[in-house]
Amino acid sequence: MAEAVLLRNVVALAGRFPVLAGADLTVAPGQVVLLRGANGAGKTSLLRLCAGLLPVASGQALVLGEDLSLDSRGVRRRVGMLGHATQLYDDLSVRDNVRFSVRAGGGSARDADAALEMVGLTGRLADTPASRLSAGQRRRAALASLVGRRPELWLLDEPYAGLDADARGLLDGLVTSAVAGGASVIIASHEAGQVEALAQRTVTVAGGRTTEAVLVP
Amino acid sequence: MRRLLGIGSVVGLTLTAILGLFVTPPDRVMGTLVRLLYVHPSVAWVAYLAFGVTALACICYLWPRTRAPFWDRLAVSSAEIGVVFCALTLATGSIWGRPTWGVWWAWDARLTTTALLLALFIGYLALRRVTVDPGARARRSAVAGLVAFADVPIVHMSVVWWNTLHQPATVLRPSLASPTVSGSMAWTLLLSFVSFTLLYGWLLMHRYQNSVLESRLEEEGMEIALAERWAEAVPSGVGR
Amino acid sequence: MFRDAVLVAGKDLKVEYRSRVGAQQVLPFALVVLVIFAFTLDANHDLLQTAAAGLYWVAVLFAGVLTVQRSFALEAADGLRDGLRLSGLDPAGIFLGKAAAVAGQLAVLELFLAGGIAVLYSASLHGIVLLVLSAVLATVGLAAAGTVYGIVAAGLGVRETLLPLLLLPVVAPVLLAASKVWEITLQSGPGAWGWMRILVIFAVVYLAAGVLAFGPLLEES
Repeated sequence: MAEAVLLRNVVALAGRFPVLAGADLTVAPGQVVLLRGANGAGKTSLLRLCAGLLPVASGQALVLGEDLSLDSRGVRRRVGMLGHATQLYDDLSVRDNVRFSVRAGGGSARDADAALEMVGLTGRLADTPASRLSAGQRRRAALASLVGRRPELWLLDEPYAGLDADARGLLDGLVTSAVAGGASVIIASHEAGQVEALAQRTVTVAGGRTTEAVLVP
Repeated sequence: MRRLLGIGSVVGLTLTAILGLFVTPPDRVMGTLVRLLYVHPSVAWVAYLAFGVTALACICYLWPRTRAPFWDRLAVSSAEIGVVFCALTLATGSIWGRPTWGVWWAWDARLTTTALLLALFIGYLALRRVTVDPGARARRSAVAGLVAFADVPIVHMSVVWWNTLHQPATVLRPSLASPTVSGSMAWTLLLSFVSFTLLYGWLLMHRYQNSVLESRLEEEGMEIALAERWAEAVPSGVGR
Repeated sequence: MFRDAVLVAGKDLKVEYRSRVGAQQVLPFALVVLVIFAFTLDANHDLLQTAAAGLYWVAVLFAGVLTVQRSFALEAADGLRDGLRLSGLDPAGIFLGKAAAVAGQLAVLELFLAGGIAVLYSASLHGIVLLVLSAVLATVGLAAAGTVYGIVAAGLGVRETLLPLLLLPVVAPVLLAASKVWEITLQSGPGAWGWMRILVIFAVVYLAAGVLAFGPLLEES
């Protein structure tokens, strides 16, 4: 089976600044890869590039079999990204937000409700406007949107930030079951410990380039 | 080539000025005012020509097969010249209109369309100024330029109807373009068209060269930027 | 494409229903504009009656600019632009959906403003078929052109000042044609149908432009 992600010497620009300056990355299907690196090293850009949001300036980038330098749009429906921004409409309720996102990805309202159940946003909480949620609850809602879309590649950017112990356990559980279902996962995180239990490999990002670190047993 | 155009336009314009001011006869009705004939129509022609070139360049940029930075640079160069000449057109037209029609501004179809055209392309240039990323700027402004240009026929049609239906046509009768033109006047008019067009070509090439230099500066910056980006990894020493 | 359009339009209208920015800010603003016009024209009833059609469409146009700005401001928050791009929605569908939502809001606003000119300017509204038909066409044109320029100006720091500069000259023909149809109809004159053609052409051109151009414009800024 082809690699889920295959990047070769990829350069990507934000304005005129090279956020990625020749990055390489390979992720096999069903693999969990941890990205490490200081702030501004290019972790988020790497994830955004894999999601087809950041154009490839040069180099080769294949994600889920699609060549991003030719078409960056096809891959977007198939990846799920959880970033710093939670992409919620403040005026809509949690349920409406998740339903919109899931149905836009081709799912049904029932998929959305099931996802809400999975992340524990049910009852009154599901009908609360997103503007009234706490930061942690917003992230749960964003997670529900992601889960409901059943992506083949999960791109998680600092997913543990602002989550309590319960939610962290929940996230780990969701990642594990997604991987069991054949999805691949890339996690960018400063935090050691918890993530390393999930990840099979660690890749270090610095100065817009990547280095493979020691294999985690 | 550029020098030739420059010399050509300077010589042409000087000759036009001499012929227009001293050699050609004053008009029977308009008197010496008619000498604006050697400026106004040719300036207007250059404005329309420049906007036409911009629209064409926008199409070529948006068409995937011909997409190249060349068209983007051509579009902005031509649009800038067009805005200047369009403003000049309105100014000279207004100066001519005051003694001829008795008002600085008549809501005549051509005048109104030209004014809206100027507003559209000022918007186009404003949009370019505030967009930083070159790729996004080229794409957005190409769409904006083209869509603005597509508006021109609709504007013109509506404005023509507007004043044929509702303006007393008498004010507009002594049209700008209909003094009897003959002999030395015709030649001077022709010369003014040619030399203003040469001037347009000359300015366009200079402005284009400018944007080439600008983007070369950006590209040279690119290599430095890449090197600096790599260097960021060293002090932290992670993974090395 | 149309499924996506319905989804987006539904979402936008729901946001508006919940936030009521249009109902509580844009609509009162438009009504205040009508009142201000009356001040400048010395509350002269004859003059106001003659000018009612034009003033009405100027008020609609101003409110339209605000509605378009609001429509894109709500996508600017919290990474939603990325969200839209990641959603997998067809860009043409997003365009049609957003334009439809803007048109829907404008239509409601136009009803209230029509009441406004009837009351404030004592305009007698007759020839309803022509009035409604031209209003529908003009609204589609305004919403389509507004949405195209909304995305052109989206994501730029100077969106609020740039959008009116870009949009107002472009929609000048709509303003002209729509106010002519209304003026002629309100004064029971002939020749209103000719102006309809301009409204139709404008709406078609800008709907087509939006469907074609929205994809590239939604991409990275």
